[in-house]
Amino acid sequence: MNNLLLFLGLLFCGWFFGRRAEQRHYKSIIERELEFNALPAIASRFPPTDTAYEQQLVAGSTVVSSDYFKSITAAMINIFGGEVKPFEALIDRARRESILRMKAEAKSAGADMVFNIKMETSQIAAGRTGAIEVLAYGTALIPTNVVDIASAPNVTDMNVATPA
Amino acid sequence: MLLSNLEILPGKRVEKHLGLVQGSSVRSKHAGRDFLSGIKNIFGGELTAYTELLHDSREQATQRMTEQAKSIGANAVLNIRFSTSSIAAGAAEIYVYGTAVALVDE
Repeated sequence: MNNLLLFLGLLFCGWFFGRRAEQRHYKSIIERELEFNALPAIASRFPPTDTAYEQQLVAGSTVVSSDYFKSITAAMINIFGGEVKPFEALIDRARRESILRMKAEAKSAGADMVFNIKMETSQIAAGRTGAIEVLAYGTALIPTNVVDIASAPNVTDMNVATPA
Repeated sequence: MLLSNLEILPGKRVEKHLGLVQGSSVRSKHAGRDFLSGIKNIFGGELTAYTELLHDSREQATQRMTEQAKSIGANAVLNIRFSTSSIAAGAAEIYVYGTAVALVDE
């Protein structure tokens, strides 16, 4: 009886807190994705050659844990086979979060875009149910020909000329 | 040291290929952290302790690769790849490798 209560308690905790964590996470992911839309991540190996860019390696990683409810549901789905929806959401969150972290690093370096995105996924055996780890990395392209107002002689000449 | 996972750098030319360079790092958190993460496993959510751990391992692996590249006289590492695996419960390995080259301006 006690064991059953413990099981149901854990199941409820997993369902309640897990769902809340997931909803919050998705909300923040969607907000930040809109913000980072201006900085595209491209899976191409060939950088544009028209402008001068400096290259820098950027990466982002996330470790997301499953919850008790997800693990039990997944185990049950596993018996009958089919789409394991709880884990799909989990891995989707981890991937999108990793890309956002990578983009944040690229943005702080002053990059325009990130090229050659690669993803690495692996399972970390933490506890009974496990957690997944996603690493996203790519090359940030930082424009080098940004007009520096202080060092551009034309700009100062014009400023002197206009008031007179 | 220039690190990139592209193979082409517009405006630069590869003067010399110096071969593969690599770095790896295996780290784990202490048992207390593992226990706390086990509890977190019931409730779900991000395991920040492990995210930090991976971040640190990645930095160290990259640094080891950079040192190796420096010692053979390279000024850039191109076509970098990361690879991760879990070696044992609570320990993670990060392996990073790439091609060391000597770059010159065109």
